[in-house]
Amino acid sequence: MDQIPTTRDVIEGAAGGSLDRPLQRAPLVLNRRNFSWITERISGVVEQPAPRWWWVCFTITGSIAMFGLFCLGYQISTGVGTWGLNHPVGWAWDITNFVFWIGIGHAGTLISAILYLLRQRWRTSINRSAEAMTLFAVMCAAIFPGVHVGRVWMAWYLAPLPNNYGIWQNFRSPLMWDVFAVSTYFTVSVLFWYTGLIPDLATLRDRATTKIKKFLLGVFACGWRGSNRNWRHYEMAYLLLAGLSTPLVLSVHSVVSFDFATSILPTWHTTIFPPYFVAGAIFGGFAMVLTLLIPARAIFKLHDIITPQHIDKMAKIILLTGSFVSYAYTMEFFVAWYSGNAYERFAFWNRVLGPYWWYWWVGMLFCNALSPQLFWFRWCRRNILVVYFVCMCVNAGMWFERFIIIVGGLHRDFIPSSWGLFIPTWVDIWTFIGTLGIFTSLFLLFVRFLPMIAMSEVKIVLPEADVHAHSPNGHHPVQAGGMERA
Amino acid sequence: MKTPYGHEVYGIAAEYPSAAALYEAAKMVRDAGFKRWDVHSPFPIHGMDDAMGLGKSWLSAVVLCGGISGLLTAILVEFGPTWGLYRLIVHGKPWDWQTVPALFPIMFELTVLFSAFAAFFAVLIMNGLPRPHHPIFNWERFRRATNDGFFLVIEARDPRFTELEAHELLERSGGLHITIVHED
Repeated sequence: MDQIPTTRDVIEGAAGGSLDRPLQRAPLVLNRRNFSWITERISGVVEQPAPRWWWVCFTITGSIAMFGLFCLGYQISTGVGTWGLNHPVGWAWDITNFVFWIGIGHAGTLISAILYLLRQRWRTSINRSAEAMTLFAVMCAAIFPGVHVGRVWMAWYLAPLPNNYGIWQNFRSPLMWDVFAVSTYFTVSVLFWYTGLIPDLATLRDRATTKIKKFLLGVFACGWRGSNRNWRHYEMAYLLLAGLSTPLVLSVHSVVSFDFATSILPTWHTTIFPPYFVAGAIFGGFAMVLTLLIPARAIFKLHDIITPQHIDKMAKIILLTGSFVSYAYTMEFFVAWYSGNAYERFAFWNRVLGPYWWYWWVGMLFCNALSPQLFWFRWCRRNILVVYFVCMCVNAGMWFERFIIIVGGLHRDFIPSSWGLFIPTWVDIWTFIGTLGIFTSLFLLFVRFLPMIAMSEVKIVLPEADVHAHSPNGHHPVQAGGMERA
Repeated sequence: MKTPYGHEVYGIAAEYPSAAALYEAAKMVRDAGFKRWDVHSPFPIHGMDDAMGLGKSWLSAVVLCGGISGLLTAILVEFGPTWGLYRLIVHGKPWDWQTVPALFPIMFELTVLFSAFAAFFAVLIMNGLPRPHHPIFNWERFRRATNDGFFLVIEARDPRFTELEAHELLERSGGLHITIVHED
């Protein structure tokens, strides 16, 4: 069997050496790492005892999370009056935080679903942690609309359950669409994430050393044994879940934007909102992915798997979506002028020069529109400090943007006698900081207990996983019809 | 089929040094006419379905059924009570065909939700999972199937199975560590 190359041959390039590959791409895993290195490195993170830094970080974020939960408990038991909401600003930090968190989730789905459909193989290094980030962000997001209704124990009114009170939902209301969109998004994201986890849980199961670990991982791995008869259905399910998540993720932030766009307030009542919100969500989400991955990559020494090439590509997506968002900001001003509507024009002058002027200058203009323009330069995309600086700007800027849209639209009502400002209370502030604590605590638990990189998927991008490399037809011996070429 | 020591035989298994070797071996086993056999790898191998002579997965049909049932559920929930039984008038908005698009978002969401559940449960059911134990786990080397090992198993219940012929085929295809795997 000398025509069949061994793994070593493929790694050393002997197998495909005779072929000319005019479009040879940079490797996605550096230093010619092999399958077992990937398993060792990624499983090792989970299997070794928690390092000290982990306990320090988790204690801090866990305490913040607990205080956030205390604030929520205080708000629920006392009433929405503990927040600074008052006429005319009836939505402020609560809905800002909701839109902020739900937007962050979008990058995870973009990486796991849309880049999968587009056959972007570099996604495999980052999709698992980005999907986990999605789930945690949506959990944080769901807190705010759930709690801002005031009487949380009546939240079941949102569900179309037959009841003897004669209550039925208004399915034509954007707020109802939102309930369905966000809950569907969360459920589908969980299913997609768990489906992707099954083969990796099986890897951990087969390496487990204690009985309890073996039992628990055995249960969650569902008895996966890497059979190709199973992979066949699995790959189809994965493809279809990606195909379903793609329109879903676009619909979620569109529906969130409908909460505003279907109202008649100046600055809210615009048709540009759905694409503008979706682009903003991906923009802010990618910044958060990098915010989490750059430290994780350094701490766990994953430089061979999350390479400068990955960071470069994510930076390019931030540049692209950031430019979409800047275009939308510009177009909003143009339309305000072009509409000739006095209220609309006033609202936009007020955005730049009104009481919240610095939110616009710092948040929208500097953080969101200008800072990502650094990514036109390769040097900036390859410099971790610059990338991290831009990501932190975008994280903050996207929160400011949502605040400007929401409070900016509300604080100057149609008649000056109804004008007012929003002053956050300590409960407002600490509930938001609390969700940051919940989010980071959940992410820390995730990197501690689950493989943070999809091992079975990263293995596919190694050169020795390509069984066609040595075939005389080069990379694609299988035709569209699925039959092998003669 | 039993071993001389009275163990029920599940099948005969071999390990291969690389994904490419497993791919070539699968083509040989397919051409030898075996039906009940499988390959195991830590990741899905591109082209392996053809090498094993497997067709397209019909999981997509289940997902289509899931999507249709989600859409019908939404239509039922939205048009039944809201359109017919309780006509909820909000903002004085009329109930006529022009307002139907306002019902689309929830139709879309439920279609996606039911399709995703269908995909998730179909992949488990069609693969016969969860299955906590399987005879192949009796083979100590098989742990590497989720790490860096490539395995091929021919089951004893295959009508063409004889130990000699299967062993010879695995050997000829480059299989290493050829082993009889017990049922229990």
